[in-house]
Amino acid sequence: MKIIPASDSSLLVVFGNLISPVLHERVMAMFHAFQAWHDPRIRNLHPGYASLLIDFDPLRLTHDELTSMVRQRASTGDAAVDRSVDVISIPVCYDAEFGPDLLDVAQHAGLPLEEVIRLHCSPTYLVYFLGFSPGFVYLGGLPEVLHTPRLATPRPSIAGGSVGIAGSQTGIYPVDSPGGWRLIGRTPLRMFDPEATQPTRLQPGDRMKFSPIDRATFEEMNRRAKARPA
Amino acid sequence: MTIRLAKPGFFTTVQDLGRYGYAHLGISPGGAADPLSFRIANLLVGNEENAPALEMTLLGATLEFEESAIVAITGSSCECKAGADRVPLNAAFDLPTGAVLQCGSMTMGARCYLAVHGGFDIPLVMGSASTFVAAHFGGFQGRRLQSGDVLQVRKHGSCGVRRIRSGALDSSRVAGPLRVTKGAQQDWFGPEAFEKLFSGAYVVSEQSDRTGLRLKGETVRPCEQSELLTDGIPLGAIQVPQDGQPIILFVDQQTTGGYPKIANVIAADMHRVGQLRPRDEVRFAEVTIQDAIQALREREERLMETFE
Repeated sequence: MKIIPASDSSLLVVFGNLISPVLHERVMAMFHAFQAWHDPRIRNLHPGYASLLIDFDPLRLTHDELTSMVRQRASTGDAAVDRSVDVISIPVCYDAEFGPDLLDVAQHAGLPLEEVIRLHCSPTYLVYFLGFSPGFVYLGGLPEVLHTPRLATPRPSIAGGSVGIAGSQTGIYPVDSPGGWRLIGRTPLRMFDPEATQPTRLQPGDRMKFSPIDRATFEEMNRRAKARPA
Repeated sequence: MTIRLAKPGFFTTVQDLGRYGYAHLGISPGGAADPLSFRIANLLVGNEENAPALEMTLLGATLEFEESAIVAITGSSCECKAGADRVPLNAAFDLPTGAVLQCGSMTMGARCYLAVHGGFDIPLVMGSASTFVAAHFGGFQGRRLQSGDVLQVRKHGSCGVRRIRSGALDSSRVAGPLRVTKGAQQDWFGPEAFEKLFSGAYVVSEQSDRTGLRLKGETVRPCEQSELLTDGIPLGAIQVPQDGQPIILFVDQQTTGGYPKIANVIAADMHRVGQLRPRDEVRFAEVTIQDAIQALREREERLMETFE
């Protein structure tokens, strides 16, 4: 473990330099410990693939004090925080309208469409962290055969809920935004709701699976999601 | 009491001092780009320093006051008029019922703050009134203000209007380089890279906003060509993308990123970043973390001594 002052108000705790579920467990253990402390001097926690950035008020807490807190937590072992291991299911409609790049992904993989959908829905993905934009998840576990380069020219506008692939990553655009990922489907679920007690459907450390739904089910779920009072 | 926007100006949003505790969900703090001027505006009109107020960028708004109000404008120099009369900056002033306040172009900086006694009545989203335009939430309907928008002002009891000591703001207007500490990936960069960063003058590009300030100038390159595993980004981080042109990540920044961070603007100078305009020249100077924290402590002490 390396502890680096990233700025006058933050400390970066680096656990390693690999994307691996084992390293990630250590990130999560430290993250959950700090979350549970509710220390008002600590303002923000940014987990990454193999690191945790801790943002704090430097007029009330020093880098040295925080370093001691990190070391002390690390010395108590990593598995102390209980987490539910429920796998969260995210329904996705792989209709051609929602997945304009599904054919490209299939061609790149040399597989029929049905097989691409089956493979995309087969793994249990790990939510490494959220970043880039509110509710945007970085997932690990996309089958290698589905790895596809991102679009050469990003689309100016992508509907929230769109599911895509970029390189070795797959993910979901939580809100309408521009983007260069290859779109393969769309979820009717609202991934980011700023008014909700829990604003994002997925959190760092969650496990999730995509499950295929047909267009009729998508429309029905979409109608219900929109009818729900804010 | 209500205030109606007759003209929104170039880019006007409701802000406060930011939304903390949600970075792990990808949500940056947001809040006033120049938090020092923001706090002074609120303190002048007797509000708590975090009360929702307006951030106006480059060109100010025109506002119609339904009732009399006590208002303060701080930040960049800017010609503001109530009817035909100039109103002062950095001081609370009274507006009569029906007044039309017209804020002009910012001249010496990029942003002005307008606070009203009582504060704007804005529902909090995740504990904050600040507007996050890119994700469409917070502030007034999650967006920049438009002509015809009507903002409610909270009722406020006894008035604690304050005055600034004469000359007290001068020391916060230091020119000179932005002070930085070395960043999380400082080991990725050799002496030449730091030499370039600290000797060159950079120009703020037109593609700069609340998410980040893109700079044009000496190219800075890491020695290593390895790829960084995406990690957390502190406010004010100076990241270096492949083209070697540094970007200062700002209040609406992304919470994680994959480019190496060579340096970080110190907290005591972040309010100055909020006053940088496109085409402004920026220089950087290195300080230690201890000096940076001392500078922040001194800035806070000065703020307390700013008022009579």
